[in-house]
Amino acid sequence: MPAIEILGLEKTYSVGFWRKRLKLALHPLSLTVEDGEIFGFLGPNGAGKTTTLKLLMGLVFPSAGSARILGREWTDPSVKAQIGFLPEQPYFYDYLTAHELLEYYGQLSGVPAKQRKQRVEHVLDQVGLRDVQGVQLRKFSKGMLQRVGIGQAILHDPKIVFFDEPMSGLDPIGRREVRDLMSQLKSEGKTVFFSTHILSDAETLCDRVAIIHKGELRGVGAVEDLTSSVQGTVEVIWHGSQVPASIKALGAGCHVTGDRVRATINESQQDAIIDALRRERLRLIAITPVRTSLEAYFVEKLRRAETTAGSTK
Amino acid sequence: MRTRIAYIASNTFREAVRDRVLYNLIAFALLLSGAAIFVGQISIEIEKLVVINLGLTAVSLFGIVIAIFIGIGLVSKEIEKRTLYTVLSRPVRRWEFIVGKFFGLAGTLVVNTFFMAIGVFAALFYVSHKFVRADALILVALYFIVLEFQIICSLTLLFSSFSSPLLSAVFAFSLFVIGSFAEDLRNFASMAHGFSRWLATGAAYLVPNFSAFNVITSIAHEQPVAGQLILQNTLYALFYATMALSGAVLIFERRDLK
Ligand SMILES: Nc1ncnc2c1ncn2[C@@H]1O[C@H](COP(=O)(O)OP(=O)(O)OP(=O)(O)O)[C@@H](O)[C@H]1O
Ligand SMILES: [Mg+2]
Repeated sequence: MPAIEILGLEKTYSVGFWRKRLKLALHPLSLTVEDGEIFGFLGPNGAGKTTTLKLLMGLVFPSAGSARILGREWTDPSVKAQIGFLPEQPYFYDYLTAHELLEYYGQLSGVPAKQRKQRVEHVLDQVGLRDVQGVQLRKFSKGMLQRVGIGQAILHDPKIVFFDEPMSGLDPIGRREVRDLMSQLKSEGKTVFFSTHILSDAETLCDRVAIIHKGELRGVGAVEDLTSSVQGTVEVIWHGSQVPASIKALGAGCHVTGDRVRATINESQQDAIIDALRRERLRLIAITPVRTSLEAYFVEKLRRAETTAGSTK
Repeated sequence: MRTRIAYIASNTFREAVRDRVLYNLIAFALLLSGAAIFVGQISIEIEKLVVINLGLTAVSLFGIVIAIFIGIGLVSKEIEKRTLYTVLSRPVRRWEFIVGKFFGLAGTLVVNTFFMAIGVFAALFYVSHKFVRADALILVALYFIVLEFQIICSLTLLFSSFSSPLLSAVFAFSLFVIGSFAEDLRNFASMAHGFSRWLATGAAYLVPNFSAFNVITSIAHEQPVAGQLILQNTLYALFYATMALSGAVLIFERRDLK
């Protein structure tokens, strides 16, 4: 059973006060997230990531479509006890302390009174807020609030967590901790669905990603599959101080530093460059594939989307 | 379900306390003791009249202001600040949230009224040095005031579920004023003709009939309150608050959060 099945969810907002116009924030979206996956939901600003998450949380209502979470209708209240949600730029009752807030949310999530205190303490430890648990949230910094947000999302030990830009507002250590936390959640058998526009985070963490742009799904797949579809390049390093003409002819971009030459070249030319080096009797030092980053893929995708959109006009 | 409503209610109460809402009690105490000392020079009869009249009117007005002031923000502020996101993504139904908020606000007012009532009785004792049987009537007046609060709370919640805090405040306050003259409006309606009769009758029965809840003047003159009125007002307040809350729930259930 998939953890999340999104079945054609669609959202139009009506904007404007006097003259109402319709704004399509999310084209019908269909997506399946398997149990136990870390799933990245990628897209630039305004793509519709937050809209999708709000739809799934029942905070806004879809214009069409539906979803199933853990095999049940997404509006089913029993589903809510098994999911955790971190909104983007989370904000909480600022008259409460971190400890009080988590305690309250534990009550609302139905964490039994006996375990509540222990869960709250445990989570405060996990998100590194133990020392400030007695401070009112109005005195918290942005990154501290983000930590509270993550804490409240995992408090009731949910089966699926939905994070909207979990790394935002965090310092490098914080980001690292969140990455580790997500991996840990996965190892505990949980499903993690998170949105981001920071591609390197998705690249290192995700089993699969979906790419969304202007409310439309542009691609879904394993990170390797998505990146391999774009032609890769390799970096070749050899001993020497100049570039033989035969290698220049292959179209390699070369840099000479000291007694080394570093060339980047299309993957398909890899054999040709090795042959050329052998013929020139140059000593090869290393060949490393330069993995196309998700970023490159992303840019490529968007560029293609833009040109097709332009040509249909 | 019941426990979740209770948790939401007690958190609402906690918010009111931490936002120093109960500080109004200080102003109330100052007002009442000032009045008690000031009229202390006149005869005991008038003193009693003033303390009861002024005291109960102040209890009612302070409460109304608090009810409107907190009530208008109860839902809209949570939507605006997005504190609702992490509440409604839990197993909390939207109607439970509204009902919890209502009980939280109503509870705040009951506690507030309780302390004020102590103040009124203290001032009364200060001016007349004893309690008489008729003073128990003050409890009836206080009970009616608390019923009135329930109606106001539910109405502000209703308004705040669809309009901005400022507009909600204007709506709620106007309804309070019109409702205080509901009796006159009904009399007017019975005298009007044609279309305006329909309109006035409709309006007269739609606005909360607060005039029936105001027994301050009559109890100050030690006139007893009919048992039937107590029953009638109780049922009316229950009915009205339930309707207004249901309206709030119906609107809120369908609303997209910003
Ligand atoms: N309440 C609203 N009313 C009208 N339009 C909205 C509303 N909320 C979102 N939108 C529009 O829907 C689109 C998608 O917004 P959304 O917040 O989902 O983007 P996002 O992918 O989360 O972006 P970001 O990375 O900036 O957080 C945007 O064009 C936005 O203008
Ligand atoms: Mg967003």
